[in-house]
Amino acid sequence: MSLLSNTSVLLGKELRTEFRSRELLTTTGVFIVIVLVLFSFTVNPGTEEARQFAPGLLWLAILFAASLMFQSCFLREQVNDTLSSLRLAVSDPFSIFLAKLAANTLFLLLTELVMLPIVAVFYNIPVLPDLPVLVLVLFVGSLGIAITGTAISAISAQARMRELLLPLLLLPLLTPVLVVSSIVTAGLLDRNPVVQWKGIAFLGVFDLIFLTALWLFGQYFLEE
Amino acid sequence: MTATTLPPTGLRFDNVDKRYGGLYALRHVSLEIAPGECVVLAGRNGSGKTTLLRIAAQIVLPTAGKLTFPGAAPNTSNGRPGYVGHSTMVYDELSAEENLVLFAKLQKVDNPAARAEDLLREVGLFERRDSLVRTFSRGMRQRIAIARALIHCPSVLLFDEPATGLDPLGITWLANALREMHRAGGTILMSLHGESEISALATRAVHIDAGKIIADTSTGGASLHSVLTFGAA
Repeated sequence: MSLLSNTSVLLGKELRTEFRSRELLTTTGVFIVIVLVLFSFTVNPGTEEARQFAPGLLWLAILFAASLMFQSCFLREQVNDTLSSLRLAVSDPFSIFLAKLAANTLFLLLTELVMLPIVAVFYNIPVLPDLPVLVLVLFVGSLGIAITGTAISAISAQARMRELLLPLLLLPLLTPVLVVSSIVTAGLLDRNPVVQWKGIAFLGVFDLIFLTALWLFGQYFLEE
Repeated sequence: MTATTLPPTGLRFDNVDKRYGGLYALRHVSLEIAPGECVVLAGRNGSGKTTLLRIAAQIVLPTAGKLTFPGAAPNTSNGRPGYVGHSTMVYDELSAEENLVLFAKLQKVDNPAARAEDLLREVGLFERRDSLVRTFSRGMRQRIAIARALIHCPSVLLFDEPATGLDPLGITWLANALREMHRAGGTILMSLHGESEISALATRAVHIDAGKIIADTSTGGASLHSVLTFGAA
C-alpha cells in the first residue's frame, strides 16, 4: 500500500513539474513533428514504399524522443539534490522508479498521440482500421522503452560521461523492442492488416522481465 | 517546533570507511552518539564532515563498517533522520507549500497540509507559501530546506552547516528550533564552522581531520571552544 501511495504522490509531482515547465513535452513534440514531416518528403505518400518505411520511422522517432526524455529524467533530480531527499523520504525506492516510469510512459504516449495523425496524413496510411491493436502495440512498446530508459537514466545520471553513456547502454538493450514493435506495426499498417499476437506477447514478456529486474536491482542504481 | 517528546534514538558508527576511488574520505571512524546528545562536527573543508553526515543520513553507503541507530523505532516516520545538506533538496518548480506537503505525504505525516502550514508559519514563509521555490533568495531556500527536514518530527537531526545563508534573525530562529528539538529528546549531529548561537547548544564537539576523528570532548583533553576553533588539533 505504501508503495502505491508513494508512487501516486510522486507521479503527481512528476506531472505537476512537467506541465508547469513543459520542458520535455515541447522538446520531444517538436522533434517528432520535424522528423516525420522531413522524411515524408523523401517517399511518395500512399505508396508501398511509404507503408514499408513508415513503421520503422515511427519507432525511430519514438526512440529519439524517448532518449531526449531520459537524458533529463534523473538529471533534474541532481540540481538541488532532490533525489537524496526522496530516498530519505520513501520507504521503498522502487516507488521513485515506478513514478518516473509511469510519467515517462505517459509522456511518450502523449507524443505518439501527436505522431499518429501526422503519419496518417503525411504518409497517407490509414491508421483507423486496427486502431485499438495499434494503440496496444504502442503502449507495450513504449512501456518497454520507458522501463529500460528509466533504469539506464538512473545509472547514467551518476556517471561522468552521462550524455555518452545513456545512448551507449540504452540502444543495444532496446534493439529487440524496436525490431519487434516495428514488425508488428508494419503488419498492422499493411494493405491487408495482420495482427501478430506473438510479437505483442514478446513485448509484454520483455516489459515484465525488465520491470522485475528494476524492482530487484533498482535501489542499487540510486546509490552514490 | 515540536511539543511532543521524541522517541530516544542514538547514532553509532562502527569502524566506518568511505573511499571515493583511491581517496579515503573517512578512515576507521567509530563514534557513538547517545540519544538526546547535541554533537557538533568541526573540521576544515574536505575533512570528511559532509561524508560522515551523508552516511548517517543513509544517502551514501560506507565502503566498510556499520551504521546503526540504537533505540530507533522501526517502521515509524520519525525513526528516519531529518537531513539538511549543502543543497536545498527541494523542487524549484514547486511552491513552498507544495514541497512541504509532498514530503509530508511521502513520510506519512498526519494531516500533511496542516503540518506544512504550521512549519511555513514557523520558518516565516507563510506569506510566500504559493511562490515557486525558484523565486526564493538563498536564505529563504535554506529555511524551506530546514522545514523539509523537520516535517516528520525526526528523532535524529543531521545538519550540514545549517546556518548557511540565514540572516541573524534566521540564525536565532534556528537556534531556538534546535533547542526545542533537543529538549524534546532529539539527537542532533551537525557540522559548523566556528562558534555561534547554534554551537552554544552543543553538549559535545568532535574534530575531524583527513577523515579521522582527532579530538572528542567526551573523551576529555579538549574543550568545546578549542574543538570549534580547531585549537585542540
